Amino acid sequence: MNDWSWIVPLPVMIPLFAAGLALALFRRPRLQPIVSVTALSLVLVASLALLVIVDDGPLVVDVGDWAAPVGIDLVADRLSALMLTISSAVTLCVLLYSLAQGRDDEEESAPISIYHPTFLVLTAGVCNAFLSGDLFNIYVGFEILLAASFVLITLGGTGERIRAGSIYVVVALLSSVLFLVAIALVYAATGTVNLAQLAIRLPEIDPGVRLLLQVLLLLAFAIKAAIFPLSAWLPDSYPTAPAPVTAVFAGLLTKVGIYAMIRTQTLLFPGGQLDDILMWLALATMVVGILGAVAQDDIKRLLSFTLVSHIGYMVFGIALSTDAGWTAAIYYVAHHITVQTALFLVVGLIERVGGSTSLTRLGGLARLAPVLAVLFFVAAMNLAGIPPLSGFLGKLGLLEAGVHEATPLSYTLVVGGVVTSLLTLYALTKAWNKAFWQPPEAEPRSTHLPLGMVGPAAALVGVGLVLTFAGGPLYAYTDRAAHALTERTPYIDAVLPDGERGTGDSADIADRGNEVEIDLGGGHG
Amino acid sequence: MIDMTPNLVLVITIGVLFTAGVYLLLERSLSRVLIGIILLGNGANLLFLVAGGAAGRPPIVGLEPEGQMADPLPQAMVLTAIVITLGMTAFLLAMAYRSWQLHRHDEVQDDVEDRRIARRAARDEPTVLGDDSESAETLDEAAAAARDETDHGAPAPERGR
Repeated sequence: MNDWSWIVPLPVMIPLFAAGLALALFRRPRLQPIVSVTALSLVLVASLALLVIVDDGPLVVDVGDWAAPVGIDLVADRLSALMLTISSAVTLCVLLYSLAQGRDDEEESAPISIYHPTFLVLTAGVCNAFLSGDLFNIYVGFEILLAASFVLITLGGTGERIRAGSIYVVVALLSSVLFLVAIALVYAATGTVNLAQLAIRLPEIDPGVRLLLQVLLLLAFAIKAAIFPLSAWLPDSYPTAPAPVTAVFAGLLTKVGIYAMIRTQTLLFPGGQLDDILMWLALATMVVGILGAVAQDDIKRLLSFTLVSHIGYMVFGIALSTDAGWTAAIYYVAHHITVQTALFLVVGLIERVGGSTSLTRLGGLARLAPVLAVLFFVAAMNLAGIPPLSGFLGKLGLLEAGVHEATPLSYTLVVGGVVTSLLTLYALTKAWNKAFWQPPEAEPRSTHLPLGMVGPAAALVGVGLVLTFAGGPLYAYTDRAAHALTERTPYIDAVLPDGERGTGDSADIADRGNEVEIDLGGGHG
Repeated sequence: MIDMTPNLVLVITIGVLFTAGVYLLLERSLSRVLIGIILLGNGANLLFLVAGGAAGRPPIVGLEPEGQMADPLPQAMVLTAIVITLGMTAFLLAMAYRSWQLHRHDEVQDDVEDRRIARRAARDEPTVLGDDSESAETLDEAAAAARDETDHGAPAPERGR
């Protein structure tokens, strides 16, 4: 389209190359951090550039110049650029935090040499899933980030991490198999896995088959995103990992599932056949999740349950299937990535100072570490949705969209959302009171707070505040993103300018490949 | 034009692979779960192959008449999926072995914290008490001590200590 499309593959390529370099430097623990920090900073810059550029229209790269329906294409539109920017900012903060933690804990320095490459591969997988314009490439992106997350969640191989990790790994692999089955059936039904071409072909196939494909894809993504009946794995596995790992998982991995849901629901299956079911699931996710959080004593598990619960808000926005609903859902994803990650980072610091994550054991931290008290308080209020913070703006947008829909079900969801918000406030206030105000049981072991860890955590809390102050422009941006999602044509036209094939140079081969493809599709269409 | 009628033998094979895979996935031991995952993965790969239509001539432009070529795209994707399955299998094997190293078994355990909360609920106590009645035992210790029921017999004898 224009000169800028060379930026599109960078968020995938830079971390992958850097991962290789970091792995090669495994004997040089001083060089590794430089490599990974440089790589993630470059990714952040590239994502910011994309965020600005794609506001004028999606950028498409046909990888290896293979024209789109046959070759793989990477597409950056407003939704993916926004997700990329938020996620690269979050990964950079988490990396800096973990560097400071590694410097401070000499005894944990052993697995650090594998930490950097894995973390970079995780970033590459997340970026690949966000940028991919091809169903199978999304699967590959998922697998890249899953493989990296397996290594990170079992880092060090202690008994507890292996125990928690085995559940995580098995559930993740099961959802991958479901996703693969869904892709196979999509290919059998339509003869393509390219998202833009699927958007053209799916309306032509049998409605029953289409519904089956939709259910299968949603099922696979719902496991990733931890939507209620499929969420039990999350609070069990996340809390045992090291604090920065939990933080980045909580921020990003479930949101990749949510992103995939938004993409498929808007582009491939418009019309909202399953919206009522999704609404009920959203309600169940919100309420069951937050009740779990209220019952928890361990603060990491408490936060994992609020994570599950707030996924319900995003599903609510998706299920509304209106411009307003998607706008609010996208804004909420951006808000939730930053605030949930920030909370987990702060809890990592609380664990360092208080020596425990159990709320019955913690106490008196307000005097020992007033900075933490402020950071946790701001992030917690943000998550609960206290005005004027960004959580309030996101929830307000969702509730408004729900009221605008004006069906009994959407009103039920609105009430459920408010109740969940109040219960979140209750759970987090209780946690704050216990950790910071109740008299301490024993003398805390360490009051040393490394600045390198507080800094990134504070930066993320700050990003949450920026989302509040930049709420107007950001909300307008997500509104434009949602509008393009509803229209669908900008995406399809960008990938397949003439409605049949992309802009790659492989004219001869692609033409022939295309004939076979069309024959295949014609047999079913 | 590729013949899209699915091959019955392959379809039955896929069904058998999925059935056995799901059964094994529900087992306690991680090694059996691993075999279940492998079977499921192979079933899915085979399904993908069937989704690409019947086998045809090699898809090389210029050597073969175009109407009789096999569709190369699903084969390329299945190849990718097979490699991914291989990597994941290796990781699961390592995890099962590590679990056996640590605990002399490779059970996938129930959630220990959930069990603790359920125990308190059964006694009709508040989940969070003011005092530390149970927190003397950390989750890790509780998990190491806990054995969920396997299909038969006593737990493996302790040895090598």
